Amino acid sequence: MTAGAKETTSAWVGRSIRRLEDPALLTGRGRFTADLPAVHQVRFVRSPVAAGRIVKITAPDNAYIVTADHLKSMKPIAPALHKFGYVSVEQPILASEAVRFVGELIAAVVASSEAEAEDIADEVLVEIDEAAAVIDSRAALADGAPLIHHHVVRNLIVDGKVETPGFADVQMAAHRQVQLEARSHRQNASPLEGRAGHAAYDLVSGRVTLTCATQMPHLMRTAVADLIGMPESELRVVAPDVGGGFGQKMSLVPEYVVLVWLSRNLRSSVAWTEDRRENLVGSFHSRDQHIRLLGSFDADARLVALAAEVIANIGAYSCYPTTGAVEPLMAMAELPGPYDVRAYSCVARGVLTNTCPTAPYRGVSRPVITMALERLMDLAAAQFGIDPVEIRLRNLIDEFPYTSATGLVFDEGSYRQTLEMAAKALDFPEFRRRQNLARSQGRYFGIGFAAFSERTGYGTPAFAARGMGVTPGWETVEITMDPSGFVEVRIGASPHGQGLRTTLAQLVADELGLTPDRIKVVHGDTDRTPYGWGTFASRSLVIAGGASVLAARKVNAKLKKMASTLLEAATDDIVLEGGVARVAGTDRAMPIESLARTAYHQSHLFRGEIDPGISESATYDPPGTFSNACHAGIVEVDTETGRVTIDKFVVAEDAGRIVNPMIADGQILGGVAQGIGNALFEEIVYDENGNILTATLADFLVPTSREIPPIDLLHLQTLNGTTITRSKGLGEGGAIGAPAAILNAINDAIAPFGVAINDMPATPQRIRAALRHAEKQHT
Amino acid sequence: MSERAEITLTINGRTYVISVESRRTLVDAIRDDCGQTGTHIGCEHGVCGACTVLVEGEPVRSCLMFAVQADGKNIRTVEGLAKGDELNVLQRAFMENHGLQCGFCTPGFLMLITGVLERKPNISDEHLVEVLSSNLCRCTGYQNILKAARWAAAEMRRH
Repeated sequence: MTAGAKETTSAWVGRSIRRLEDPALLTGRGRFTADLPAVHQVRFVRSPVAAGRIVKITAPDNAYIVTADHLKSMKPIAPALHKFGYVSVEQPILASEAVRFVGELIAAVVASSEAEAEDIADEVLVEIDEAAAVIDSRAALADGAPLIHHHVVRNLIVDGKVETPGFADVQMAAHRQVQLEARSHRQNASPLEGRAGHAAYDLVSGRVTLTCATQMPHLMRTAVADLIGMPESELRVVAPDVGGGFGQKMSLVPEYVVLVWLSRNLRSSVAWTEDRRENLVGSFHSRDQHIRLLGSFDADARLVALAAEVIANIGAYSCYPTTGAVEPLMAMAELPGPYDVRAYSCVARGVLTNTCPTAPYRGVSRPVITMALERLMDLAAAQFGIDPVEIRLRNLIDEFPYTSATGLVFDEGSYRQTLEMAAKALDFPEFRRRQNLARSQGRYFGIGFAAFSERTGYGTPAFAARGMGVTPGWETVEITMDPSGFVEVRIGASPHGQGLRTTLAQLVADELGLTPDRIKVVHGDTDRTPYGWGTFASRSLVIAGGASVLAARKVNAKLKKMASTLLEAATDDIVLEGGVARVAGTDRAMPIESLARTAYHQSHLFRGEIDPGISESATYDPPGTFSNACHAGIVEVDTETGRVTIDKFVVAEDAGRIVNPMIADGQILGGVAQGIGNALFEEIVYDENGNILTATLADFLVPTSREIPPIDLLHLQTLNGTTITRSKGLGEGGAIGAPAAILNAINDAIAPFGVAINDMPATPQRIRAALRHAEKQHT
Repeated sequence: MSERAEITLTINGRTYVISVESRRTLVDAIRDDCGQTGTHIGCEHGVCGACTVLVEGEPVRSCLMFAVQADGKNIRTVEGLAKGDELNVLQRAFMENHGLQCGFCTPGFLMLITGVLERKPNISDEHLVEVLSSNLCRCTGYQNILKAARWAAAEMRRH
């Protein structure tokens, strides 16, 4: 444990340098997909009903409209998973016969302007023979429920089961059992920029450039080319500035496939910019889960066995590449969280319904399972008559490496320490005193804790364990120093707000003895960058960062070798620092830019012993690492209105070595705000027929500055992690811990009423309903 | 819907004479007819504020105003804040305080805060939070935007 340790060799890592991304974004020079002009604009006609068969599509005369009939040679989206009884389902690019959710694509209208395309789309008549829809996952599992895809029995797309040997015996022998039923309602990641695509055909090369708001440009290229049946080399995918993603932009969307197909057919440029309604109705949703937990505790309040049932509503289709199984399977693998529980049993199901497909959203399942598990801990604490900090201290893992009941290997973390830091920051004992005083005055405050792990930076071993047809994980980085001595770092990761251009430049700068402003990180262009998996799952700083360091070390070695020849010294005696190569302890030195020039223009000086030019590449495929944190909050619940006000919120976190504290803090603050939104406001509501009632940002509520309190951040840096940079990912943690901490705080506040809220979001309506229930019981 | 009107928009001091349908929103005119794509569209129903511009000095959601309503008006957008490559005090404040991540909502926040601080350089903290709640950001959690606005206000008062 080296909290706040100084790295003597780091000139740049660990410093809050200002972001290299900012000047363009602050001056309106950012380049987002919708900024590109196109000859043709596309408007999609979407299904107005949740289930049925298309009888007839009638378009106005002279309209240019594309339907499934035009796309007969195109393959459907059908991601594969080879485990857990996964049943493959096919999503046609445009619905051909069946429609399965409100918002599903039926036709594309092409016109010269967005307005004209919208006018025409409004006049397209789609006759649909409507069928019964099923919206709730538990209803979809019931006998006799309509089948979303006829070959998927009980609509069960994945049926994960795990049980440790002797589980039932441990459970039976336990001292006390605590039950919980939790519900996470459906949510939408809602990046401020929705999806947008622009496909342009090049008449000279016959290639198409698809510019789109994606987190995964390389896989997008593979997927689109595969579905269309075109050589992948004829497609270039560009992710320009992307206005947030939070997972929603990592999956393949059929709209982009249509755009590429159109641009090839029209030999022109076509564009589509999603409107907010389309985003809320027809993009991707997530977090729609029912969870049941049964925790078995020994007499000392130690969790000895955990039984779980997870039912995830995955919508009408399965997203590519993760499949819709990603939520239930992530829940199953990680539900025991940071607690030392050896006996574990879980059934995790993914169920098809007539709703918008689900896909990863910041934290993927973990905001939900953390909420459930942390609620269970608080319930158990109350039953044992101990406080929430104490029960967690008794159960948190504290010896590393720790292998979990599901086989996950936790590297060293600071689970207990971060909990203690958070409790101290909120002055827990003093809070209890104030809480009691306030209650006597009719005001209801509560405190809530959430201790959790965040699995980050995992490579192919972790994805392979899921049995996905596509196994992502590694990253390759290419580094070229040009003759002028400037450095280009080309990455397959695809940042969209995370500041990776800055942090990778810091990492490389330290390896090469240069300043970050001489290092340009290139990303988001399949023509310019090595194949890679993009930015998601808190992976990029760890994996692309690790690969950057490995490649930079090769460049470092080459520069030293060249310098040793030119300075007539042993390679081991050369150091690179402050822009020069120096013989250590002497004044014999030469600028690195001279070395670069020599490498290209005077390579004969190396007599064939060193290859000309400076270009290296490296790949990194780590097993993964766990960062950890404790979130804790104090809320006040207005029992008259159900309104929740967050009084204080503290995050004590440990993500290993922090490359840029300013950027890392920004990730946490933003994640917590999203977590608060998840906990209190954000909810996609369907009516019983599958119509979405929350199709605007006036109905689907994301937090504003009024709802987000100041957040105190406390840091530890465990530097014994297994990654190359000793950094751990932290992109999702903010969103993972906050809902649990807020829910626990709300429940602590309303504890005197003898009711509980185990639903997120805990809206004022739900809180009032619970309190009304309590009032009824007491009258 | 094909009736068109010829209108004049003055954006950041430059005059654009454009022909628009009466239904065309100001933001579409700014972006598509005048080519100023720094102003972004986030919801087109007046909630997110990404499209905020200043019309005669007043913050306006340009997705809720028709272009014809802005005929002859002075409009300021994000492109008009910096002098060449030199960021103005508010832009610097955002950079110094990490008030942006993906940058999509940023032009709207910059124009909102510009409009407010020009009128109320001594705005109270509470009022500032209230004003910032006009716009949505999904990346930053607002804290750093608030810090940036305070920082800029303090700098502006000093000079």
